[in-house]
Amino acid sequence: MEAVAQDKTQAEPEGMAEKRSAVGGVEFVQPLNAEADTDRAPHVQSREFSIFYRDNEAVKKVSLDILSRCVTAIIGPSGCGKSTFLRAINRMNDLIPGSSTSGRLLFDGQDVYGKTIDVTVLRKKVGMVFQKPNPFPKSIFDNIAYGPRLHGTTNRGELRQVVERSLQQAALWDEVKDRLEQNALGLSGGQQQRLCIARALAVEPEILLMDEPTSALDPKATARIEDLVSELRGTYTIIIVTHNMQQAARVSDFTVFLYEGVLIEYGDTRQLFTNPTEKHTEDYITGRFG
Amino acid sequence: MVRHLQREIERLKKRVLALCADVEKNVAMATRAVGEQDKELAQKVIDSDLGVDGIEVEIEEECLKILALHQPVAIDLRVIIAILKINNDLERIGDLAVNIAERAIYLATQKPLADKFDFPTMTDKVTAMLRKGVDALVSMDATAAYKVCEADDEVDELNRHMYNLVDSLISEGRKEGHTLMHLLSVSRHLERIADHATNIAEDVIYMITGDIVRHHIEDYTGSVQ
Repeated sequence: MEAVAQDKTQAEPEGMAEKRSAVGGVEFVQPLNAEADTDRAPHVQSREFSIFYRDNEAVKKVSLDILSRCVTAIIGPSGCGKSTFLRAINRMNDLIPGSSTSGRLLFDGQDVYGKTIDVTVLRKKVGMVFQKPNPFPKSIFDNIAYGPRLHGTTNRGELRQVVERSLQQAALWDEVKDRLEQNALGLSGGQQQRLCIARALAVEPEILLMDEPTSALDPKATARIEDLVSELRGTYTIIIVTHNMQQAARVSDFTVFLYEGVLIEYGDTRQLFTNPTEKHTEDYITGRFG
Repeated sequence: MVRHLQREIERLKKRVLALCADVEKNVAMATRAVGEQDKELAQKVIDSDLGVDGIEVEIEEECLKILALHQPVAIDLRVIIAILKINNDLERIGDLAVNIAERAIYLATQKPLADKFDFPTMTDKVTAMLRKGVDALVSMDATAAYKVCEADDEVDELNRHMYNLVDSLISEGRKEGHTLMHLLSVSRHLERIADHATNIAEDVIYMITGDIVRHHIEDYTGSVQ
């Protein structure tokens, strides 16, 4: 869809975050209190980006920059557009009949919904992990090797290296190295989720999208995944949708608060959870609503 | 769950208010004991400090329980942190009231001086600062808290006046050197109580605004409406 012209008269949420910038006449939000760090260039940028399910505008003109190699959490009540926004980044919403977008969503400066984008390549660079672990009904080895094989790697030695590296990165190697030929469905829930993370890492993405990755896991498995997120930070850009605000506070560098499809606040996680700028944010994170 | 947390926080605020009232009473009794050379009144202050210490521990344990069980964030977290710190300041004020009472016990054995040591005025200002700081906590009033910080200068001035008075009396060759030094200590203790009351007000400001102002309060006072 064409980018919509900016409507300057449109009412915006009251008391919007202070750090606003403008490029090409479109204002966007950078996280408040982001440390000045030249490595933290924006990796994903949205400009007046809306997502529609037929006539329903599920995400409403969101403009923000997600910084590179940081962990950004997206929080908000059910139905606020968190997962919808997340899925837009690797165009998983394309699979939903009747979905459309307006505005712009940029990945490394390129329009994700541009005509020249190869969605397969996009989804290689932007991996995804879902709420319910979904290993393929194959061996552990073949689960991890599936993506690299699809992208042209056939040499067994190379595949073995990729599998080991990915499982190491996902902190699963020691637990499964002696049973790589066993079916992945025999793993525990927490192990399956780490397997899914390893599978995403195997194709060397730049961004990892995680849609409530621990909500189906027990506390111990949850802690392992959170530790893993901490380890992967600095190498990958991670965007995590979570209902668990303590989790957002624990693992993320920056937090985005969406409400009814609208961006209410976006800032340094420490700041947002100790002294949010917006009353609405404070009411949500303290449990006064939502 | 949220209502439960809010009820606990309200209960905690009431306990802090009660502790403040006890400590304020002890400060007033201690300086009255100095002025009236009343050993028994002074001893009452010393004996009651055990109770103050006990309440301080209870309030701290309550705060830790809330942090562990509720994991509060934002304003709720700042309230608990502020209460933890204010609790500590109130306990220190209680100790300073005991120090004043101990001076009173010594001074009761000495001949009273004719010179004017206006402890009642100083005490009134200090206890007013204390009361207004804790009231600001309960009513979430940052403006009132800033005014408490501004009042600290007046107490500092009174303490300086006491120091100058003692200095001049000693220079005149007055023989009651020990008495004068004990009186100066009382003034010093009251000035320290005012500092703690200022700390309380600064913690209230942090609780309400999220700004830590304690090392540059002069940037904020003077412009309060």
